[in-house]
Amino acid sequence: MATDDLIARLARDLKPVPRSSVAKRVAIGLGLGFAASWLLMVWWLGMRPDLMEASATMPFWGKLAYTLLLAVIGAWAVKRIAYPLGSIVINLILMAVALFAFGILAAGIFAMAPPQDHYGMLTGKSIAVCTFNIVLLSMPLLIAAFWVLRGLAPTRLTSAGAAAGIAAGAIGSVIYSFHCTESAMPFVAIWYTLGVLIPGLIGAVAGRFFLRW
Amino acid sequence: MHSVETRLKELMLASLAGDARSYAVLLNDVAKHLRVYFLRRLAESHKADADDLVQDTLMALHAKRATYEIDRPFTAWLHAIARYKLIDHFRRNKLRITVPLDDAEDLIPVDYSDVAANRMDVESLLQSVPEKSRELIYRTKIEGQSIAEVATSTGLSESAVKVGIHRGIKAIAAKLKGRAHGNG
Repeated sequence: MATDDLIARLARDLKPVPRSSVAKRVAIGLGLGFAASWLLMVWWLGMRPDLMEASATMPFWGKLAYTLLLAVIGAWAVKRIAYPLGSIVINLILMAVALFAFGILAAGIFAMAPPQDHYGMLTGKSIAVCTFNIVLLSMPLLIAAFWVLRGLAPTRLTSAGAAAGIAAGAIGSVIYSFHCTESAMPFVAIWYTLGVLIPGLIGAVAGRFFLRW
Repeated sequence: MHSVETRLKELMLASLAGDARSYAVLLNDVAKHLRVYFLRRLAESHKADADDLVQDTLMALHAKRATYEIDRPFTAWLHAIARYKLIDHFRRNKLRITVPLDDAEDLIPVDYSDVAANRMDVESLLQSVPEKSRELIYRTKIEGQSIAEVATSTGLSESAVKVGIHRGIKAIAAKLKGRAHGNG
């Protein structure tokens, strides 16, 4: 009977599995994706020339903290959805809270600013490219996150794709913040956030097709 | 039920540590459960796919074994994989999904070697038991209350509850013996 042969073959092929191998795969995959996206940013867009001066200012750290927080939530979501019956509800709630809190903060700053600054706070100098650049920078990360999940066992493929996309978009926007010179919180709250959500949407749609196992 | 989970989980833990013999035993056991699971859920015209699904699921178990978390029940993990494979099979073949969103328990039936016994109508058996014992058996064995809980709610002492249950079970046993003889 073929099943018996298969069982014998699988038993011969057995190797011990270390306990942390899922976390390791997530870390390796997203790490490689990060390296690829970082190189793409440096080669294609270049680091912001005023990085030294900027790193002494609040907006730089605010932007970094916001995108890093989303990146951690996203990477954790990838790990959680990688198990059969895994779910990302907690991660989506945390993300909603983060978006909401940052949105309130940005709205407050916007409201307190003099009206003649309002337009500039929303459009900056790079409105036409910001979200687009983040989405492009997150593509190597999205591929890496899909590779991570294909080796594991997500049973909800749309959620799995969304988790991969959110992680990719958030890590991509961390990387982009080393190029981008925008400092207005309202700008970040809109266009960076979109740069996280759009890859999330792409991932959710692609998940059903590319994450099957 | 619990013994199946305990046994399979022990085998799985040994397998994750690299014990090929435990692994072969585990896969053999799992294959049997899976066959029953898939056969029950495939339409008459697709029963032939059961073996493919079993093998597919075994290969998935192998490839994805790192995603088994050792502090979770093994049967629940296995069931999630089997169910995923079944739904994937339906999708691929563009079949309407009519699988109930079942629980992990469905994968490991209590005793599928004796299906007739499972079908025996418990309620009708209980009818043959004196009413006082019937109530006690129903609460402890079917609803799963503890002896102490039943004792408090009925106002009986714990030993009285135990005696009542014992008498009822004896009556059921007598009835079952009678049936077996009567039906040849």
